[in-house]
Amino acid sequence: MKADFGIRCAGAEPLLYELSKPGRSAAILPALDVPEAELPPAAMLRDQDEVNLPEVSELDLARHYVRLSQLNWAVDIGFYPLGSCTMKYNPKVNEAASRLPGFAATHPYQDPHTVQGNLMLMYELQEMLKEIGGFAGVTLQPSAGAHGELTGVLIMRAFHCDRGETQRTKVIVPDSAHGTNPATTAMSGLEVVEVASDARGNVDLAALKALCDGTVCGLMLTNPNTLGLFDERVIEITEMIHGCGGLVYGDGANLNAIMGIAKPGEMGFDVMHFNLHKTFSTPHGGGGPGAGPVGVCDKLAPFLPGPIVALCSCEETGCGCGCDEGEEEEGVAYHLVMPEKSIGRVKAFYGNFGVLVRAYTYIRMLGAAGLRQASEMAVLNANYLKSRVAKILPISHDRTHMHEFVAKGIIPGAPDVRALDIAKRLIDYGFHPPTNYFPLIVPEALMIEPTETESKETLDAFADALQAIYDEALADPEILHQAPHSAPVRRLDEVRAARQPILRYRS
Amino acid sequence: MNYIPHTDADRAAMLAAIGVERVEDLFHDVPAACRFPTLELPEPVSEMEIMAELQAMSEENLDVGHYTSFLGAGAYHHYVPRVVDHLISRAEFFTAYTPYQPEISQGTLQSIFEYQSMICALTGMEVTNASHYDGATATAEAVIMALNSVKGKRNKVLVSPTLHPEYRAVVRTYTQGMGLEIAGDESATAGLPELAARLDGNTACLIVQSPNFWGQIEDLDGLAERVHQAGAMLVVVVADPISLGLLRPPGDYGADIVAGEGQALGNGLNYGGPYLGFFACREKDVRKMAGRLVGQTVDADGKRGFVLTLATREQHIRREKASSNICTNQALCALATSIHMAALGKSGLRRLAELCYHKAHYAAEQIARIDGYQVLGGKPFFHEFAVRCPAPVQAINDYMLEEWGLIGGYDLGQDYPEMENQMLLCVTEVVSQPEIDALVVALGEAVEEVGQ
Repeated sequence: MKADFGIRCAGAEPLLYELSKPGRSAAILPALDVPEAELPPAAMLRDQDEVNLPEVSELDLARHYVRLSQLNWAVDIGFYPLGSCTMKYNPKVNEAASRLPGFAATHPYQDPHTVQGNLMLMYELQEMLKEIGGFAGVTLQPSAGAHGELTGVLIMRAFHCDRGETQRTKVIVPDSAHGTNPATTAMSGLEVVEVASDARGNVDLAALKALCDGTVCGLMLTNPNTLGLFDERVIEITEMIHGCGGLVYGDGANLNAIMGIAKPGEMGFDVMHFNLHKTFSTPHGGGGPGAGPVGVCDKLAPFLPGPIVALCSCEETGCGCGCDEGEEEEGVAYHLVMPEKSIGRVKAFYGNFGVLVRAYTYIRMLGAAGLRQASEMAVLNANYLKSRVAKILPISHDRTHMHEFVAKGIIPGAPDVRALDIAKRLIDYGFHPPTNYFPLIVPEALMIEPTETESKETLDAFADALQAIYDEALADPEILHQAPHSAPVRRLDEVRAARQPILRYRS
Repeated sequence: MNYIPHTDADRAAMLAAIGVERVEDLFHDVPAACRFPTLELPEPVSEMEIMAELQAMSEENLDVGHYTSFLGAGAYHHYVPRVVDHLISRAEFFTAYTPYQPEISQGTLQSIFEYQSMICALTGMEVTNASHYDGATATAEAVIMALNSVKGKRNKVLVSPTLHPEYRAVVRTYTQGMGLEIAGDESATAGLPELAARLDGNTACLIVQSPNFWGQIEDLDGLAERVHQAGAMLVVVVADPISLGLLRPPGDYGADIVAGEGQALGNGLNYGGPYLGFFACREKDVRKMAGRLVGQTVDADGKRGFVLTLATREQHIRREKASSNICTNQALCALATSIHMAALGKSGLRRLAELCYHKAHYAAEQIARIDGYQVLGGKPFFHEFAVRCPAPVQAINDYMLEEWGLIGGYDLGQDYPEMENQMLLCVTEVVSQPEIDALVVALGEAVEEVGQ
C-alpha cells in the first residue's frame, strides 16, 4: 500500500494572491440601514485601496482551500503515530456539541445568570478532571500544554514566595523532558537544573538526591516519561522532593497511558496540566487550538489563575448578582470567582471554551470504565507494536512500555541510513512518520505512539512497512535518502528557508 | 463507547505476541498502592443521550442569536460567512497536527504563509508569526520580546490605562518572576502625552491600544519617535482587526510590535475562546520573536514549498534559552481568520468596517439625545463608545434584558472605579437599525423604571 497524493493534486496550488484579480470579491454584506456618519480625520484613515488583501470569488476560495487541504496528512486519512502527541481519533459528535448555538453564540461578558449552561459545563469538567487526576482544584483557563506548564510553574513559585521562601529558585528537569519544561522555567524567572536518567530510563535517584536542598522550587516530571516508561520509583522521587520542601510538577502530556490506572495526585504530584487535545480527543487543528487545564493539590488551590467556576450562593461571593434566585437547587448558582491568592489571569476570559465542550462530551460518553479501557488499549497497542518493531529496529529500553516507545533508526547493514530517511520513506508507504530525534537522549530516535483507536490491522501494516523499508535500506539505500517520492513535494530546503527568510508574499 | 476497534480475538493475539496473560500485567511498574483507583465519574451515556443533554444545557444560556447584544470589550459579534466554517471543518485541516513533516503538511503550511501575508498587509508590518493563544497572551509576549530586544538591561514597562484590563492583568501574570516595574495605568485619566512623559532610560516598551478599550481611536502621530528617542519599543494593540479596514495601520505610525486579538475575523464568540492572538514586528527583530513561523523555500526539484522556519528561537531547540515556551499556534482559528479576510478582500473589509462605524455612530447620536445619558469622549471612535448612565449599569442591563430581551453594554466601573455608572456599548454590522432604536427606547425607559 502506498499513499498517492499525485492523483489528487497534479500541480502545486497557487497562493491566494496569485489567484487574485482586482475588483473580484466574495463579500456579501448587508446594506447600510442608518445614515452615514462623518468619518474620522483623513490622517487617521488608510487609503481606500491600501489593504493588500487578495480579491477572489467564493468559488476561488472554496477550491483553493479544498486543494490545500488535500496536501495535508491527517488522522482521518491514516495512521499518525506521532510520539508524545496522542493523535487519537477525534469523534465527530464533539463537533456537533461545540457548535450548538446556545454554547457557541454566547459572549464572555454576559451576566452569569444568562450563561448558567456554560458555567455548569465548565464546573462539571473541573470536577471530572479533579477526579481523573486526583487533585483538589482545577483551572480551565490555559490554552495549551505549554500554557498550562507556565501556569503550574508560576503557581509553585507563588506558593514559595507566599511563605517567604524566595530562595527557592531551582527547578529540576530530567534530561528526557520536553523542551517546554526548561523554557517554561526560564520564562518564570527560575533556574533550570538538569537531572540525568539512569540505565533503566528512570530518574537517576542518586543524582536527584544530590540536587535536593533548600533552594529547590520543584521538579518537573513527565510520568510515563518521553521514553514511554513509567518511573518505577515515582513515589520515592516525589517523597524526596517533598522532603526538601519542593513541589512536584507533572507534565500531563502522557496522561493517555494512565487514566483510571493511577491518579497523579495520589503519587505525590502537586500540580499537573492536562492536554485536552491529546488525552480527551479534541482535534489538533493543524497545531491548535488545544486546552491545557491545570490541576493542583489542596495547598496550591488558592494560587490558581482565575476566574474559575464555583457553585455557591450570591451571598458567598458577595456579587449581589441575584443569579441564585429561582434555581432548582435553591440558593446556589454557578459563579466565576477569583481564588484568594491567585497568580492572576493567564489569558483573557476563561479558557478555550469550545475545546472544553468537546472534552466534556468525550468524558461523559466514556465514563470511568471507558477511560480506563482507552488507556489500557493505548498501552496494549504500544506494546504490541513494539513487539513487532523490536524484530526490525533496536528499542531504547527492554522494559514494558506504556502508551509509546522509542526505537532507534539504526540499521547495521546500512550505515548511511538515518532515522530521518526511515521517517520520510514511511510517507511513501502511507504512514505519518513517528516523532524523530526526540527524546534527545536516544540516538536516531523514532518515537512511536499508536493510541488506542488504531486497529491491529493498522499496526501490522505499519510494522510490515517498516520491514519493507529495512529491506530496501540494505538493497538500495538511495530510495530512502531520496524519500518521500509520492508526497506533493520532495524534501524541502530548510537551510535556505532560514538563511534567506521569505515570510510573506511580495508581488 | 470509547472508539476502540479491538475484538476479543485481537486482544488475545496481541497479548500473546507481547508475552503477557492479561492487560493488567502491562501495569506492574505502577506502584501497587496507587494502581487501578476508582474514578467517581457520571455513568457513560450514548451519543444520542449526550446530545440531548448538551442541547438542554446549551439552552440554559441566552445566546446572541436570540437576544440582540451590545457587548464588545474584546470579544466581537460579527457575522462569519458560512464558507469559513465549511472549509476549516475539512478533516485534512481539522485532524492534522503541527506541520512537523512539511512534505505532507503543505496545506497547513501554505495557509499559514497566506495568513502571515494578510496580517502583514492589515497591520502594515513586515513579519507576522503563525499566531498566539489570544490577544492578551500576544501582548504579554510582546513585552517579553521588547525586554529581549532593547539595548542593555531595562526593566520598566509603560502600559496605557486604556489597554484592555484583562490584557494588563495577563502581562502582569506572565512577567511576575521577572522583577519588572509595570507602570502607567494607575489612573484611568492618564492620556498618551502623560504616558510618554514617563519614558526613561530604563523603559523597554510602551503599550497602547487603538481603538482603545473604550472604543476611541488614539492619536498615535509622533508617539513612535518619542518612544524610540528613549531607546524603547512601541507596542500597539488592536482588539478588533476589522477596524484596520478603515483606520491607518499601526505600522504606518512606526510601531515596532503589533499584537492583537484576531477573533473578530472568522471566529465566533464561543464564550471567550478559542480565539487567536496575532503578532507582527519588523524584519530586523524577527529572531527575537516568539512563536511558530512559516517560510517559503524550494524542494529537491526546485519546486516552491513551505516549512516551519527560524526554529532556533524555539523551545524544542533552545530549551531554556528559547524566546518563549510556546510550542503551538492557534492554527485552525488562524485559518478561519485567513478565509474570512480573503472572502472580504480589499473592498469588502473596508465596507464591513464602515458598516460598523456608521451603525455605532448612529447609536451614539440617538443615545446622546436621551435625557440623563451622555456619550463620553470627544475623540473619534470606531464601533464602541462609553455612555454615562443615570443609574447603575447592572440595574439598567437587568431591566433591558427582562423587558426588552436586549443584552446591554459592559460595565466600565468594574475596572475603573472613577467610571462608575459608565457603560461601554458596541455596535457591529449584525445589529439592525430597528434593534438600535429599541435599545434607545429601552435605555430611556430604564431611567424611569430603575430610578436615577
